[in-house]
Amino acid sequence: MSEAGSTQRHPMTGNEMSPEAAGGMERHSFDVVVIGAGGSGLRAAIAAHEAGAKVAIVCKSLLGKAHTVMAEGGIAASMGNVYPEDNWEVHFRDTMRGGKMLNNWRMAQLHAQEAPERVLELEDWGALFDRTEDGLISQRDFGGHKYARLAHVGDRTGLEMIRTLQQRAVALGIEVFMECTVTELLKDGEAVSGAFGYWRETGRFVVFEAPSVVLATGGIGKSFKVTSNSWEYTGDGHALALRAGAALINMEFVQFHPTGMVWPPSVKGLLVTESVRGDGGILKNSEGKRFMFDYIPEFFKAETADTVEEADRWYDDKKNNRRPPELLPRDEVARAINSEIKAGRGTPHGGVYLDIASRRSPEFIRRRLPSMYHQFKELADVDITAEPMEIGPTCHYVMGGVEVDPDTELAGVPGLYAVGECSGGMHGSNRLGGNSLSDLLVFGRRAGEAAAAYADTLGAQRPRIAESSVAEAQSSALAPFAVEGGENPYTIQSDLQQSMNDLVGIIRTAAELEQSLQAIAALKERATTMVVEGHRQYNPGWHLALDLRNMLLVSEAIAKAALAREESRGGHTRDDFPATDPTWGTKNLVVTLSADGAGVDLHEKPLPVMPDELKKYFDAPPAASADKEAGK
Amino acid sequence: MASTTGPQLAGGVQGPTRAQIDAKTLRTDRWWLAPATTFVVFSAFVVYATWRAFADSNYFVDPYLSPFYSPCLGDCVKGSSDFGTPFGGFPLSAALIVLIFPLGFRMSCYYYRKAYYRAFWLSPPACAVAEPHGSYSGETRFPLVFQNVHRWFWYAAIVVAAILTYDTALTFREADGGHVGLGSLIFVANIVLIWLYTLSCHSCRHIVGGRLRHFSKHPVRYRMWTFVSKLNAHHPSFAWYSLFSVAIADLYVMLLANGTISETRFF
Amino acid sequence: MGYDLKMRVWRGDQSGGELGDYTVEVSEGEVVLDAIHRLQATQAGDLAVRWNCKAGKCGSCSAEVNGKPRLMCMTRLSDFEPEETITVTPMRTFPVIRDLVTDVSFNYEKAKELPSVELGPRDADGKRRMMQVDVERGQEFRKCIECFLCQNTCHVVRDHEENKPAFSGPRFFLRYAELDMHPLDTRDRRAAAQDAAGLGLCNITKCCTEVCPENIKITDNAIIPMKERVVDRKFDPLVWLGNKIGVRNKDDDGRTEL
Repeated sequence: MSEAGSTQRHPMTGNEMSPEAAGGMERHSFDVVVIGAGGSGLRAAIAAHEAGAKVAIVCKSLLGKAHTVMAEGGIAASMGNVYPEDNWEVHFRDTMRGGKMLNNWRMAQLHAQEAPERVLELEDWGALFDRTEDGLISQRDFGGHKYARLAHVGDRTGLEMIRTLQQRAVALGIEVFMECTVTELLKDGEAVSGAFGYWRETGRFVVFEAPSVVLATGGIGKSFKVTSNSWEYTGDGHALALRAGAALINMEFVQFHPTGMVWPPSVKGLLVTESVRGDGGILKNSEGKRFMFDYIPEFFKAETADTVEEADRWYDDKKNNRRPPELLPRDEVARAINSEIKAGRGTPHGGVYLDIASRRSPEFIRRRLPSMYHQFKELADVDITAEPMEIGPTCHYVMGGVEVDPDTELAGVPGLYAVGECSGGMHGSNRLGGNSLSDLLVFGRRAGEAAAAYADTLGAQRPRIAESSVAEAQSSALAPFAVEGGENPYTIQSDLQQSMNDLVGIIRTAAELEQSLQAIAALKERATTMVVEGHRQYNPGWHLALDLRNMLLVSEAIAKAALAREESRGGHTRDDFPATDPTWGTKNLVVTLSADGAGVDLHEKPLPVMPDELKKYFDAPPAASADKEAGK
Repeated sequence: MASTTGPQLAGGVQGPTRAQIDAKTLRTDRWWLAPATTFVVFSAFVVYATWRAFADSNYFVDPYLSPFYSPCLGDCVKGSSDFGTPFGGFPLSAALIVLIFPLGFRMSCYYYRKAYYRAFWLSPPACAVAEPHGSYSGETRFPLVFQNVHRWFWYAAIVVAAILTYDTALTFREADGGHVGLGSLIFVANIVLIWLYTLSCHSCRHIVGGRLRHFSKHPVRYRMWTFVSKLNAHHPSFAWYSLFSVAIADLYVMLLANGTISETRFF
Repeated sequence: MGYDLKMRVWRGDQSGGELGDYTVEVSEGEVVLDAIHRLQATQAGDLAVRWNCKAGKCGSCSAEVNGKPRLMCMTRLSDFEPEETITVTPMRTFPVIRDLVTDVSFNYEKAKELPSVELGPRDADGKRRMMQVDVERGQEFRKCIECFLCQNTCHVVRDHEENKPAFSGPRFFLRYAELDMHPLDTRDRRAAAQDAAGLGLCNITKCCTEVCPENIKITDNAIIPMKERVVDRKFDPLVWLGNKIGVRNKDDDGRTEL
């Protein structure tokens, strides 16, 4: 590692603090650099470290604050602790059907096969999951999963997961660069040679020399106004990959979680976990009607209860009853809620009611859903053990992301890997709840191992960093300071969020999508003259200005792909093309950077074809095959 | 715990690396109320208890023996010793022989420690209010390292509580049969609070089950731990109530003994 | 519904700083962090503040509001009178970086010093068995969101910079307790808690518990039990006697002292 003046490195951030470094560039050399310290980034770093690589984790926030902490429900893994009938094949089938068959079959297969071992690993590293009567890891019900399958800790599973991985990474002594943002990937010819970024604390620049870079930057939700995502979700990994020559797929598929808080305004969009419904909560409109029975789609009819009685029996007897319609996949539930609100049957604050108070005892609710209880009590003054919650759809997750090789997560550019939410393919057109945490673990590990192996094969023949590209990255990062009299980045961000929410939201039309593309083009124009005040030391205005470029690029990718896909499927609903079109079911939309680098181009690409031995799970009509597997 | 080298905050919130703010605290609520109340009440109790412990008089009126003097093992007034007088030659008040145990129990109690560290030693006076001491070594050194003997005092406190229970039983007995007076009721209230305080002790919670790593293998101890944990949540309240009740029990005996009042007899 | 809120916000860095006066428009249901964000978006674009989830789950936006250590995202404006001036400062125990952002590296250093979990082998079927009652205590401690408000409010380091090297603080006493109560962990950390972590410096004045936004009973459930466990090892006459005569609890068997 080349550390200039290592005597004066900041103890937490690793930041170069020596005065003589003011004009110089801090440089570090690693085998693998992981960008992002959420579940997938940490898991990738651990895997790469264990494979013998010298690893750095670079993250925008403090360690342990990544968006993974927000995950509530659980980690989907067919361990069979509650239902011994469960196995990877059922999980695989659920995942593919949840994604409306648009998933990369190989990723879905690897995911279902490897998730149980990844969960058990977390336990080895100190995670304390809720237990079954026999002392095994307890598993809970979630939408779209045939069996109770989600390993969980109350409703704070994401916190448990990130803390466990964080503590493991610390125990292994992996280097972490906190509050450090990567703005460009550096390349030598076709291959990745490193990354360029800045310290948030000081505004100083830093160069990481590394043949392998793993993108684990999460999603894009901050481009939408109503979102459950944190400020970090600005699509950095998506944009970095595009600019480095990689492709994005499935960008039109954005998941709107059916249950976000709608009141008070300051928390609008904040997630209400699906476990509320898994544990007995139901959805009602303002007329008190349990409306989900009116929205059961043909595709899921055979496995969904059509009477209140059967639905209620299911919680206690899952073998002889079908699932309540509240536990349909998220896209179905979100659309149903949206329709109820549009039809004028919404609550005073523009949502619908999610009621668990009338169905479960206060003790049960407080024990099973402690952080939901806390969240509503503290932020909305609502006691969820006594009154229903008001909820509505909120932008939650992007299924689309960097196109990767299923086995190694290689992103088409030598040395570049992508995992977690910023990668695409695994979840098809819609992600099942609980599949994201397992996705992080399974593919995080695979990417870490592949990245370490690749770096190892290079020996001394590593790609080099050209000084010219460093200088270019530096001047690009400083550009916002050079402008005078332009707009403030907060205004542009807020306008972008409003446009995306209104025009590229849960229900889309060609006219609105075209309008959104015009709006994005105008915002891009405005962004070229945005101005930041102050200096480079911990300056959030500047940080936002840099993130905003990524948000605009990714928003354009979403809108373009959404306009092109003339059908409705999973997380993409077109009012003008309401049906699911089988011809669209065989192709992905691929986004690459345009020739001038300012926008994106769109291509179609055939979906990888599933081998026959996996096709058999879908051959029979859904009802019959579901029954067969369940041994009903 | 701390040497008082005067107000010296340079190593604390006004140190060179901290955000430069002149105020020792920016709290706007009445943070001083709790430590001030504790200071006044505890001081009053200490003064009263010291006076009574050294008085060596007015501690026994049949059938009531003041809890400050029980068990009476020194040169006691006639009828007050139920366990003999092994320390009959002790020159000072008999209370001093036994008072060390309840006193030690309370002084080393995890709740009282919090209360008096805050109220008497201002270490800290309240949360996020700067303390006036220049240095601090906590409970790592003599004499405060001896706070760790709390458990020994708890073992003794169980014996003391048992004896006070016996005393309380005696208040219902008279030579010619039964008796229920106001004093009996005060003694009952006192012994109930003493037991609640003693059993809700953090050391007790640890000993009955808290020290285990596998509750599942010790179901009875787990139940005991669960019960003591519930009591433990109210340990501060029991600490206060039992402090008052023991003083009231003693005061009642004193007033009877010196003839200020006469017994209110119900039965 | 909205009103103009008067705020005083600390602006500056290690070279100095002061409380700046601002008036911000706020509306019903908002929290202190909303007001800070509006300040940032409309009046002070470079106001430094650390935050992530704005939902009380990540523990990033720790600060002191009217002198009390709080999460800004969980401090509702309705807890104050509309005419009341709200003062927001950075945490006062850690070195300030800029405005409301402090350098919390102390905590990350302490995390590195802590002996990590070390379980024995899995059961024959590749799984592990732990009963719910045995993991519940640890689960309470693992609710910790690492906001470091307990570390910030603890007078041992808040008022005595010189204690920082010797003292891990309440957040890590939670970790010691969690691991010591872990049913399958194989390490005995009692000596480490007393020596390396400085458990004896704690005088159980309970401010950590008072400020914990997750309502973890840090003092009663973690620190005091940990102190008692140290006492088991060193000061208890009955434990000592039991060990001498061979009557002892086998619950701790299989652990090695660090």
